[in-house]
Parts: sequence; structure tokens; C-alpha cells
Amino acid sequence: MSAHASDGTMNLKLIVWRQKGPNEPGKFETYEARNITPHHSFLEMMDVVNEDLIKEGKEPIVFDHDCREGICGMCSAVVNGVPHGGFKRTTLCQLHMRKFKDGDAIYIEPWRSRAFPIVKDLMVDRGALDKLIQAAGYISAHTGGVPDGNATPIGKRTADYAMDAAECIGCGACVAACPNGAAMLFAGAKISQYAELPQGQVEAPERVAAMINAMAENGFGNCTNHYECQAACPKGIDVKFIARMNREFVKALAQDKVGALAQSGK
Amino acid sequence: MILDGKAPTGKIQDSWDNYRFELKLVNPANKRKFKILVVGTGLAGASAAATLGELGYNVEAFCYQDSPRRAHSIAAQGGINAAKSYPNDGDSIYRLFYDTVKGGDFRAREADVWRLAQVSNNIIDQCVAQGVPFARDYAGYLDNRSFGGAQVSRTFYARGQTGQQLLLGAYSALSRQIKAGTVKMFPRTEMLDLVVVDGEAKGITIRDLKTGEIRVHVGDAVVLASGGYANVFYLSTNAMGCSVTAAWKAHKKGAFFANPCYTQIHPTCIPQAGDYQSKLTLMSESLRNDGRIWVPKKKEDLNKPANQIPEEDRDYYLERKYPSFGNLAPRDIASRAAKEQCDDGRGVGPGGRGVYLDFSTSIKRLGEDKIRERYGNLFEMYERITDENAYKQPMRIYPAPHYSMGGLWVDYNLMSNVPGLFVLGEANFSVHGANRLGASALMQGLADGYFVIPYTIGGYLAKTKPGKVKTDNPECVKSIADVKAEREKLLAINGKRTVTEFIRELGATMWEDVGMARSEKTLTDALKKIPSIREEFWQNVKVPGTGADTNQQLENAGRTADFLEFAELLTRDALHRNESCGGHFRVEHQYPDGEAKRDDENYCYSAAWEFKGVGKEPELHKEPLKFENVHLAVRSYK
Repeated sequence: MSAHASDGTMNLKLIVWRQKGPNEPGKFETYEARNITPHHSFLEMMDVVNEDLIKEGKEPIVFDHDCREGICGMCSAVVNGVPHGGFKRTTLCQLHMRKFKDGDAIYIEPWRSRAFPIVKDLMVDRGALDKLIQAAGYISAHTGGVPDGNATPIGKRTADYAMDAAECIGCGACVAACPNGAAMLFAGAKISQYAELPQGQVEAPERVAAMINAMAENGFGNCTNHYECQAACPKGIDVKFIARMNREFVKALAQDKVGALAQSGK
Repeated sequence: MILDGKAPTGKIQDSWDNYRFELKLVNPANKRKFKILVVGTGLAGASAAATLGELGYNVEAFCYQDSPRRAHSIAAQGGINAAKSYPNDGDSIYRLFYDTVKGGDFRAREADVWRLAQVSNNIIDQCVAQGVPFARDYAGYLDNRSFGGAQVSRTFYARGQTGQQLLLGAYSALSRQIKAGTVKMFPRTEMLDLVVVDGEAKGITIRDLKTGEIRVHVGDAVVLASGGYANVFYLSTNAMGCSVTAAWKAHKKGAFFANPCYTQIHPTCIPQAGDYQSKLTLMSESLRNDGRIWVPKKKEDLNKPANQIPEEDRDYYLERKYPSFGNLAPRDIASRAAKEQCDDGRGVGPGGRGVYLDFSTSIKRLGEDKIRERYGNLFEMYERITDENAYKQPMRIYPAPHYSMGGLWVDYNLMSNVPGLFVLGEANFSVHGANRLGASALMQGLADGYFVIPYTIGGYLAKTKPGKVKTDNPECVKSIADVKAEREKLLAINGKRTVTEFIRELGATMWEDVGMARSEKTLTDALKKIPSIREEFWQNVKVPGTGADTNQQLENAGRTADFLEFAELLTRDALHRNESCGGHFRVEHQYPDGEAKRDDENYCYSAAWEFKGVGKEPELHKEPLKFENVHLAVRSYK
């Protein structure tokens, strides 16, 4: 698949995973996408196919999408074996058809991972990621009664590092790409963001212990250093944040009470 | 009816402090007896749900997305305003208040705007405490940039993803309360009706978007934070799922809809590329800090590459027309100016619908690296969509529907005319008047959620008994039946045209006739076209599948049906407001130089409309606007 410079329209063959519900068997169906221009986004190409399906009296393909500008993290499909299609720092909704050429066959599948049950067709349930944040992915700052924003200077490098981690859009591509179905990049990024900032350091040991336990409880696997997550991440989140999480975990182990909590698996 | 906004009187500087003291309180032990339903989890909804949960209320929160973290607040790029005056450049609460009232073209309630400016500083502190990684300078202090309509730097930002970071902050606070058990979260859930019992809002009817189940949730108050209605134009910068549905259903149950004609057309969006397009993408207003907007002076230059057009043949029209604000003129003014250039046949790019946003001067002055550091992700986004490198050639931009200043009418407590129904954020009409300034939407959403509703809702709840309504109440039963009947009706039509075809048709009509420039003729035309599109929709739409599981076409059909009713109200409001102000531009009312001409003698009020039936003339109620602190004046940015 290389960039296609032609201005002409193209016809494509889509091989799409269809599944009626979480407990139904699924299968691939083949569809034609006709008269697609290089300026169509991938999801707009899917819209065209769906409009055709509706007119033929068939059920359109269900897929998650919302902002269509690469920030909400809702769109989620594996294209030709790679989450979001595999273009650097590009979510599926930001992928344009100029990256494909006339006659291409495109395989479209849902995120496949133990923690993400399929809802319908390409739509999956990513509630397990919310559960990780609910476990401890926050700073316990009550509304009101906080100090002035400039009271604690935060070095530019620290702020930039935290922002690098905070750019995660929670789409779950890292989990879908991981052979173990791990959410280490997702959790590592959140843990690193808060561990780096002075405001988040107070609760850092409890946070890492709780989030690591929550990963196990919610069906996520472990990290075995494949780095597929980083390769698939549409925001370029670095695996160094997994390393940071591990360091934070080791530090937590060394602490009274928290260490016991971390080891207990609760 | 003359509406009372219940704004406090007396010195505006003390108004919110005095008012807060006078509000009734609910004691901590009683709070847990009250249940509050929060619809929407954007900045306003998530911050409200989190804060009300912290206070000890029982909260149920609802969003249509698969997670509360995905609400469209997340897409806000540029920043959030606050009156911190860290740069020492003359800012103050009063100046932020003044700029916002003036920026809104004197069509907002003064006391509400004052309160917003006052709590703006608390928001920054709160977000820093939550771990929002705002941009910092090398000494570690918070950095600021400038936005349109202001001559000070008061905008705080987190790269080009400020909305994302603020929303994730609110989402983290919300998640903490979900864990604590004070908030119960219902994702993939859409509100399809408001339940009103004995004149008070006591519940909502929702559809579970996974299972298709339709059920009622009851509570002691309902907080709507369901966003804006810019998707009535179909192509907008809003997310695909943004709709007027929750607000419209509340309107149909008695809540007044105020100033629906105040819609914001954002000047810097990527121009439309083709008919298949599903949405438009915004390029942050912050780009206007370093980008210069221009079009070729000569029509014969239109087909030349931008860099071959010499400096003297370029018209930097914003700098020319508004020398003191230049490229940072407010949004409504910058949008109209772009349209004027393109209407004049000097627009660039396909169809002549675009103007240049050029960074070459700044790149020469600061270097490409500095520009990359400030806006790298925006340049990347632009290149992905257009396949053009904005470091080498100017961006092409064009205005697009972006935000709605109008919304459900609320008093100073953010309560609608239906007691118990509170409306926050973009869904209400309160602070932006006829035009919102950049970086003020994030400020309003979080102000309403973190710092206003926690106080004002207590004033209402303290006067009610908890748990008055149960789900077997006849109003609940009827609401469920109505919602089911509407779904069944949509599914049964089985016509020939898709939902998308209808919303596109409506959107095109709205953009042509009720868009950036409106006249009595175009509005009257639209009032003929909209009902006929609506009529055809109910006879000829094709909604496949059933209501018994995930059905995105059914969801869209419901939202489109509501837009088809709402569009008529928007148009009527635009026709009735026989003046130009802010984002509402009536071509009949302009100064010789093309600036909007207000009519304070006849239209210095908020128009709140009461629903009287689909296709029936709504009843107009007025809330007169008094300006005691900012003098009504011609809004000039020259």
C-alpha cells in the first residue's frame, strides 16, 4: 500500500467482519466500495458503503466513530491486520483513501482482545479501560480549596514529559495490537503523567499498585516487550512509560502497606 | 411573559459572593437522600457530576459515547481563558467580563458574565491540582497565549489539545467518584425525553444504545449538559453524534429555547473538499497568533501558487480593516470578512471558497522549529487531511459552523423555567450573548460544572422533598410509551431515502439560507423548505434493522427528526430578530462598511421561545437586558 497520487476515483473490495451480537458467531462478508476519491477519509468510504447497503435493504456495518478528527478515541477497527491501518500518528478517522489504490482489497476487523467483548460488527466494549482509570487513574483533588496554579513551579521538561504521556486518547489500539492483550501502554502513560507531576506524586505508590491490580482483574494480559503497542499507537505514546510504570511499581513495593497491597493482587 | 433572570442586584463585583451566601444549603447528611441525573459528560457534565458526587449527592450520569472521556469538549484545541493576569499585561476580572460582554455584542446577562470571569481563576487552579499538564515556561510558570477579541494574553493551553486535557481532568475526577460509588455511570445511553411531574423535572427516558432497552430514570433534579446544535448545518466541526435531541426533548416538555439564531461560524476551518464529506475540521484560533490571513488582490493571481504572489499583491484584509486587533479580530467578524472576500471572487482553492492563513512571516521571524513547537500537531492534522505542507505553503481555511451561543433559557441559578431542570455549558444560552470569544467555551463549561451548579442546585433542592417521584408514576409510563412509539414509527416508514440524505438536505438549506448572512427573503424561503423536508422525512425515510439492539441508523434518524423540528425554530428566531448582532447577521442591517448594525431600542432582550406544537408558531417571551456596568456601544475592533 503506497501513496496513490492519481486524482481518479477508485473501486475497492472490502472484507468486513460482521457479527450480530456479543454471543453470536461472526464471519467475513465482502462488499464493494465504488467511486471513492483520494480525498475521502476511511470512515467516509465506509459511509458510502453503508449508504449502498441501506438502499439494498441490508443492515449497514456498525462501527464506532464520533469526532472524526483523531482526538475522541472512539473509532477502532483493525485494517489489514493493523489497528487504525498502521500509518504513523494516524487514527482511522484521519486516514485518507489517497493511501490506497484502485482495486485494493481491504480487510476490516474489530479490536480483538479478551478485555474488549464485541458489541456488534466492528464495535467493541472498552469499558475495561474506564475501570483502570476508576481504580486510581486520578489525583484526588477535591473541587475548590486548591492552591494557585503558579504556587508550585513545574519545570518545562516535566510539563512536556507529562503532556507526552497525557496525549493518550484511550482508543485501545495498544491493547488490540498486543499479543498478550495488555493495557500496559495505556496504564503506563497515565501512571507516568501523574508520577512526574508534583501534584500526582503524593499518591503515586497507591496509584501504581491499584492500577496494576486492576489490569489483572479486568482481563488484560502482561507485557512481554513486543512493543506492538507503541507501533500501533495513533498518538505516538512511547514505551518508556511502561518502563516508568515498572520503576514506580518497584518503588511502591518497597513501601510499607502499599507494598503489601501491590503484592496481594487486590 | 416578561422573564426574570433572577440576576442579583447591587454592585456587580460582590454579586456572586452575596448571592452564594444567600443561597439555601442542603446539610451533608441530607445530600445523600437526593438523586441528580446528569445528561452529558463533556466539560460541563463531567465536572458537575464529579463535584455533585463529591458533595455527597447521589448522581447518575449519562452519555451516548462508549466512555465519558469521549465527549466533544475533547476536541477543543486552543485554550481556556482566565483573568489571572500572570503576564502583567493589564488583565483583570473586570476586563475579562468587559471583553466577554462586548464580544457577545451586548446580548448576555451582565451578572452571569461577571460570575464567569470571577471563577475563571479557580478553574485554572483546579485543573493544575488535577494534573492537567498546561504549557509552562522554563522557570516552571504557566504560559499564556492570545485569542480573538482580547488585547491581553489570558489563554492557558496544553499544546493544541487543551480541551482534551481539561476533559481528561474532569473525567478523572468523575472516575474517582464512580469508584467512590457516589456517581453511577451509564455510557452508550441517549436521553430521549424529559419527565415532568407536576410542573417539575423529575426524570429522563433513555434508550440503551447497546440493547435497545427504553427505560426511565427518576431523580430530584435533572442537569442537562448535552452540548450544542451546530450539526443542524450538517457539515460542522461538531462530532457526528452531537445533536439537539436532549435539549429539544426538554423544550417540547416546556423548557424555553433562547436565542437559537445565535450560531457561531468559526473562521479557521479546513475548506470542504467534496459532497461526500461528513464533517469539517477546525484549525485552532490560536494559529492566528502567528498566522496572517490574506487573499490575492488581483483575480488573475488566483491560480498562481501562493509563494509566487508578491507581497504588494496580497491583501491582508483583517490587518487592513481592523488594525488594532488585526488577525485576532473576533470570530464572527473574521468569518464574515472571509466570506466577503470569497463572494468578491478572490477566494482561493477549489470553488474559490478559501483564504490563506500564512505562517511564512512568523517562520522567518521565529524559525520553523518554534512554529512546530507551538502548532506542530495542527500542521500535522492539516497535512493529513489536505496532503499539503503548511510550513512550505500557506494553509487554506474557510468558516464553518462550530458552536451555538443560543440554548435552553436559564436563570442566574442555571435553572430553566421548568423547576428542577438545570442546563449547563453549551446547552444553555447564558454568557456568550450573540458571539462567543475564543477559549471561553472551556471556561464556561467548567465554571458551570465545578463552581456554579454545586451552589445553585442546593438552593432548589433545599426547598424540595427527596424521592417524590417513582418510576411507576403515570408521567414516566407515558414517557416510555411515547419514546417507544416514536422509534416504532421511524422503523415502520421503510421509505426510499437514507437518514443521511435528509440531514444533508436540511444542512445545505440551513447553510445557504440561515448561515453566515441572513435576509428576510432567505429566512422566509427556509421556513417553506424545512417543513417540506420534514414532511418527506416522515414519509420516505428508510431506517433499516430493529430497535432491539445496536442500531446507529435509528439513533441518527431520531436526531435528524429533532433537527428537522428545531431548524424551524432557529429560522423563526433569525427572522424575528430584525437586527444584526454577533453571529447573527441580517444583510438588511449593516453599516456602510459591512459591520453588523444592532438595534438596541427594539432588540436588547433575550428571546425565549415556548413550544406550541410541531409546525406551530412558538410563543415568544422576552427577558430584557440591562447594562449597568458596560455601556452599550457600537462594537468596534478597529
